Amino acid sequence: VSGLFAQASATGDPLYQGDIDLAVVGITILKVVVCFAFLLIATMLMVWFERKVIAGMQNRIGPNKAGPFGILQTLADGIKSFFKEPIRPERADPVVFRLAPYLAFVPAFLIFTVIPVGGDFSNGNAGVVSIFGHDTYLQVADPPVGILFVLACSSIAVYGIMLAGWSSGSKYPLLGSVRASAQMVSYEAALGLSVATVLLVAGTLSTNGIVVAQDTMRNWNIVATGILPFVVFVIAATAELNRPPFDLVEAEQELVGGFNTEYSSIGFALFYLAEFMNTVTMSAVIVTLFLGGPQAPFGLDVPVIPGWLQGMIWFFLKLFLFLFMYVWFRATLPRFRYDQLMDLGWKVMIPVAFGWFLFLTTLRVTRDLDWSRMGQLSAGIAAIAVAIAGYAILMIALRVSTRQRQQQGSLH
Amino acid sequence: MGYLQGFLVTLRQIKKLGGKHVTTEYSGGYERGRHDEKIAKPERLHGRHVLNKYEDGMEKCIGCELCAGVCPAKCIYVRGADNPPDDPVSPGERYGYVYEINYLRCIHCDLCVEACPTEAITESKLFEFSFTSRRDAIYGKSELVVGDDGKPKQLPWEDWREGDDADTSGWMRATSPAGDADFEGVLAWSGELGYGVRPPEPPQPEVDKAGGAPDPLLIEKTPEASGHTGGHH
Repeated sequence: VSGLFAQASATGDPLYQGDIDLAVVGITILKVVVCFAFLLIATMLMVWFERKVIAGMQNRIGPNKAGPFGILQTLADGIKSFFKEPIRPERADPVVFRLAPYLAFVPAFLIFTVIPVGGDFSNGNAGVVSIFGHDTYLQVADPPVGILFVLACSSIAVYGIMLAGWSSGSKYPLLGSVRASAQMVSYEAALGLSVATVLLVAGTLSTNGIVVAQDTMRNWNIVATGILPFVVFVIAATAELNRPPFDLVEAEQELVGGFNTEYSSIGFALFYLAEFMNTVTMSAVIVTLFLGGPQAPFGLDVPVIPGWLQGMIWFFLKLFLFLFMYVWFRATLPRFRYDQLMDLGWKVMIPVAFGWFLFLTTLRVTRDLDWSRMGQLSAGIAAIAVAIAGYAILMIALRVSTRQRQQQGSLH
Repeated sequence: MGYLQGFLVTLRQIKKLGGKHVTTEYSGGYERGRHDEKIAKPERLHGRHVLNKYEDGMEKCIGCELCAGVCPAKCIYVRGADNPPDDPVSPGERYGYVYEINYLRCIHCDLCVEACPTEAITESKLFEFSFTSRRDAIYGKSELVVGDDGKPKQLPWEDWREGDDADTSGWMRATSPAGDADFEGVLAWSGELGYGVRPPEPPQPEVDKAGGAPDPLLIEKTPEASGHTGGHH
């Protein structure tokens, strides 16, 4: 498999290549602060945007009293909830109960640190911009493990929700958190498999490297991996975010509020913020992985605007597209039933993602081994055949187990 | 592609894409300079009570306490007294000396209106009165009895607009003894100060006969249905 990781030179952010002086530290702090502030403001606007759009889709007006067009509604809500009394149930575990909201909140920030939000990617540039004479990327960090870091952080967010439900000492939150952990663990597999196809094509884990690899629209991973991993990723990400139609975790009609039932005041506000912040960061991850991040579509190069700003504009336009998509999902789709959710996750998403990964891997490996075109094609067909055979065996196994349970009388 | 049609349905509801709002911009009346719009209230809306007067200015209430007796929420307190012979408050022997309604308890069921033998107590269509103390919640005679022009008295915390006070709720006329099943019977209610004898409620709109209550949006759209709400008898 030579050349598979040829692009993964893993140089990292040029800011840290030379000597680390005070300016470098200053730039780093500046980037952290800007990222933090940006994400908070983006979350605020996202809440407002979601409420406004969903109101429009439900023939309502939506928030319009606080500030122009009600844009400060989230601020008002936030201030209100921070002044409320925090109540902890008697049987709650005091330490974990307080810790859980932060476990949900902090990973959302951490994921965003590795997202390239801008930078000059035109004409094959690597997204390097110059701040105070220092070359750097427009992202807080570019660790060589980039995407693994994203996956790890999104898994930690599961702990926030799980521990919140467990430590509440109350049954509805517990049910909600059991659902949450089962759901998020199930869909993480499909998520990981679709990310793996992207890594296969890009040949690097670094987020900057992934964006650099998508230099033309043909190389955008939504095209380069075939549209399937993108679809799987979007669906699995929606489930990871616990957003409708996968919001069983906080199914109001069944579980009161789900895992956050017992939370009030700051704890609740943090969960609420984390939910929307995760939506923003996950959309950013989708844009980075599949839509070329700050890369301009069709190789557009607007003359007057500087390159780094162009990248930023494209990134936010794409981000906005996905934010709208999530709101649209919520306004349109009814919630899944729990068994439907599990069926979709285990019997559809994971096999499809895995089969596609198998297919792409076969094509890649045969190409790297310099097989002939016919050889590549037949290997690909063989991979598909193996995938279909595997799926058939899975279906047979499921049918047999269903029949057995029917005979035992535990299923009607 | 049947799965995806639902997405178009929700998208089309957005006003900029040809949808419409069923809610209106409503600030509660105290915001100045805002576009503020109330929709027309239903004919029989149960609002806050008024104590009516006859067209000669006499109070209708005779202090019989039937309203207090029938009230399921026990929110009405009435005490009757003999009319002073030289300056009677109401025609007949007795009048309502104390009349109090506690709006923290009132559920606006209008049983008092149905019980009243003299049509003294009716309901207006005003429901926007958010008082801020328990004392304000108890409306006495000075608040409930209509003024010399026959209009309900406006209290500082009540949100009224032009025309809001013009109609008492149609409920009284719909349930009065003379109202038959079609609500097109002989008028049997007395005149009210400032309004005279009120016309009966118009016949039920055609949409109602077709099945179900009239949709306010439907009435707005179809001209023949909107004519019925105006009271053209």
